[in-house]
Amino acid sequence: MSIWRNMPLRAKIGVFLFGFFALVAIFGPIFEPFNPGFENQDPKFSLNPPSLHHLLGTTQLGEDVFSQVLTGTRLTFEVSLLVGLIATVLSVLIGVTAAYLGGIWDDLLSLLTNVFLVIPALPLLIVLLGYLSNEGQTPTIIVLAGLGWPWGARVIRAQTLTIRNRDFIGASRETGEPTWRIIIFEIIPNEVSLIAANFVNTVLYALGASVALAFIGIANLTSFSLGVVLYWAQNGNALQSGDWWWWIPAGLVIALMGTSLVLLNSGIDEIGNPRLRASHETGRVGGHRIWTTDPTPVLSQLTAPRSKVGQFAYSFSRSALLDRAATKNQANGAAEARTKTPTGGEIL
Amino acid sequence: MSFILRRLAFYLVAAWVAITLNFFIPRAVPGNPVQTILSKYPDLTPQAYKALSQMIGGALQHGSLWSQYTAYLSDVFHFNFGTDLANFPTPVSQILDQAIPWTLILVGTATVIAFLLGTLLGILAGWRHGGWLDRALPVLMFLQAAPYFFVALILVYFLALKGGWLPSAQGYSAQDVSPGWNWAFISNAAEHSVLPAGTIVLTSVAGWMLQMRNVMITTISEDYVVAAQAKGLSRSRIIYTYAARNALLPQLQGFGLALGFVVSGAVVMEIVFSYPGIGYNLVQAVGAKDFPLMQALFLVITFAVLIANLLVDVIIVLFDPRARTREAR
Repeated sequence: MSIWRNMPLRAKIGVFLFGFFALVAIFGPIFEPFNPGFENQDPKFSLNPPSLHHLLGTTQLGEDVFSQVLTGTRLTFEVSLLVGLIATVLSVLIGVTAAYLGGIWDDLLSLLTNVFLVIPALPLLIVLLGYLSNEGQTPTIIVLAGLGWPWGARVIRAQTLTIRNRDFIGASRETGEPTWRIIIFEIIPNEVSLIAANFVNTVLYALGASVALAFIGIANLTSFSLGVVLYWAQNGNALQSGDWWWWIPAGLVIALMGTSLVLLNSGIDEIGNPRLRASHETGRVGGHRIWTTDPTPVLSQLTAPRSKVGQFAYSFSRSALLDRAATKNQANGAAEARTKTPTGGEIL
Repeated sequence: MSFILRRLAFYLVAAWVAITLNFFIPRAVPGNPVQTILSKYPDLTPQAYKALSQMIGGALQHGSLWSQYTAYLSDVFHFNFGTDLANFPTPVSQILDQAIPWTLILVGTATVIAFLLGTLLGILAGWRHGGWLDRALPVLMFLQAAPYFFVALILVYFLALKGGWLPSAQGYSAQDVSPGWNWAFISNAAEHSVLPAGTIVLTSVAGWMLQMRNVMITTISEDYVVAAQAKGLSRSRIIYTYAARNALLPQLQGFGLALGFVVSGAVVMEIVFSYPGIGYNLVQAVGAKDFPLMQALFLVITFAVLIANLLVDVIIVLFDPRARTREAR
């Protein structure tokens, strides 16, 4: 439990918040007082403010907002987690493969990653989901996951490049371990904290994107995810007529869910990187604050050996600019032309 | 020039991927988009048929996939995106002409302001690491994690609907002024842009600030910064010409990559405010099953992001001596 004790307060808050929403997502719909889609035709149940009978009031059509928020929490949580899971698996697969195989594979996969990083995601999502008919959440999950991997793949590739040249990988290669075994049992365990952070980030992306898509009406509008609740609230002019109970709860749940993920991520950072912890203990000398350690992780990026074609293709990437500076200090930057750049050589 | 040229080549590849995706998506999706359109717009003219078939193919088009592809490519290169279905017979390019300035001016200005403000705050937060700006971090994280439109809706609720200080929607009030280069219209449009731009700045400033802060913290422990301190240089000189200038490079690189997010935020912003820009038109087109307009808008947005990225690269060359020396060679 020393990990838990060393965690900063905000990460603990993140764990609790996230756990709370997970519980709500699992058990919440059991406690729903009403069916979220049930429309009470009686006009006296339209747009009721919160009361004991309807804890969060009712919508224009007499639906119970509290039940909608409970169902919405489950649906949105489900989409975010599934997308996070699938996209993370994709980014690990692509990132590790690119870095470990190197050569032309690395160049092609990196090019693909960079292209998908630069093409704006939401418009592409809108175009794709505009064609796919809105049946359930499956198309949304597939499309979101299919476009959610490049950020992770990029980071994981960089990390794998630094690991693959370490001695213990060379040793296991010498002892004749097959490639898949090296990747699964030697490389991936060394990237767990990075992969976890990436998973949390991807869940955050999926949360934001799925809610935004539903809010602009590109989702199945009959199943009440949190974004859909907000879509109907916006459509029913909840804002203009001051029916705050219709849209504030769903929005707050989304915002707090997102915050819990951001907080969780800062916790993962601190576990994986003790130097960030040390940075909190800064001292003062002569009235000036001094920083004893360098608190941010320096990702020294080793460069994979490349083919001629590969090197040419790679030199088109923006990071090539700073990569060369970084490899200056690496003893094994064999294939890379060395440049005389007088810097510390840190890159992000 | 080699760095810029190489980047240009990369963006051309990216543009080609986007154009090709745009060609294959409607042809690959399950269901029949053409049938959807035909049932929704039964009285289409022959010209509209032709435009449709070139953009989305399907049963309307004859010939091999390759000939369809080349016809489509030549259309795209001539900015001929066909006829808009919902507002028939307006050409799609005319809709684009009307929508682009709104988005470009508003989102461009807001993004640049957010970037500059966030970077400045990040410099200060990184320098006074552990100071009061750091204690505001949880608030910033909340702003960063909250969905953009939720923050926007809350601001609209309080500033526009409760307070009544600012208009809550539209790009200008159509009953008072008509678009043109006159003071009445420009001031009206400016008034309408305060809330949309303000919400973009408010929600994106945190991200820039956090990134700049983290890089700043790394940079100020560098030897050359310590050396500058030991020389007794003034504090502002150390901060801005020694530390911040070097910390700015990753920030600029991030700027290029973040443009996609900026665009996404802009699309949602335009829905919240019914702002007559690209994103609003895009979502309207999806709702109306107006696929040619939808696809043209996607291409325009992508090209805009690619061009902005190229501009960022030029700026990087101006700021980074390493890139400059490579340019000279």
